[in-house]
Amino acid sequence: MINQYEAVFIMTPVLSDEQMKETVKKFRDLLANQGAEIVHEANWGLRKLAYPIQKKSNGFYHLIEFKAEGSVVNNLEINFRRDERVIRFLTVKLDKHAIAYNNKRRALAKETVATPTETPALVEDVENEIIND
Amino acid sequence: MAQSNSDIKYLTPIAVDTKKKKYCRFKKSGIKYIDYKDDTFLLKFVNEQGKILPRRLTGTSNKFQKKVAQAVKRARHLALMPYVGDLLK
Repeated sequence: MINQYEAVFIMTPVLSDEQMKETVKKFRDLLANQGAEIVHEANWGLRKLAYPIQKKSNGFYHLIEFKAEGSVVNNLEINFRRDERVIRFLTVKLDKHAIAYNNKRRALAKETVATPTETPALVEDVENEIIND
Repeated sequence: MAQSNSDIKYLTPIAVDTKKKKYCRFKKSGIKYIDYKDDTFLLKFVNEQGKILPRRLTGTSNKFQKKVAQAVKRARHLALMPYVGDLLK
């Protein structure tokens, strides 16, 4: 039974950019080795945590969406626990609504990148009006 | 003077018990999945301490209240939202 999963993990902020990418690569390879198909990946970069974890107030967030067997998740989570560069992780099984939502969101994001929206211009106009007044 | 009370007459009945009916915003707008990664949206379902609001206040249906709660808890685990906060709003 192949399901679609979504794993978000937080890495310590002490890592350099290269080390961070290396960690991500490690998990990506791990998934690929076990026959998982990576659907989507997103790097949220360095984000502020809502509360300190292991006395750190920032962290590198990374999201991987993949299709795989359930046993792959077990293995992935074991590796998350063993890796001390990862301070927090969450793997979620996606139901059909979640998959639809993610696809829609991705399509929207693509659209906005392809065609720069007019909203910034509008905002500027409004601001100018206020200044003129 | 005692009579003056009963003399008051209204052309239109005074609004008593005309509370606005609460509705489930997910059912109304057709949202089927609540994203735990969208912390700004989830902020609508917690009070300023970060506690999940009961559905008697938000009007969310039981089905979606469970999903909201699940999403908020996931967001807390990933430090997107605080477990305990102060002045979130």
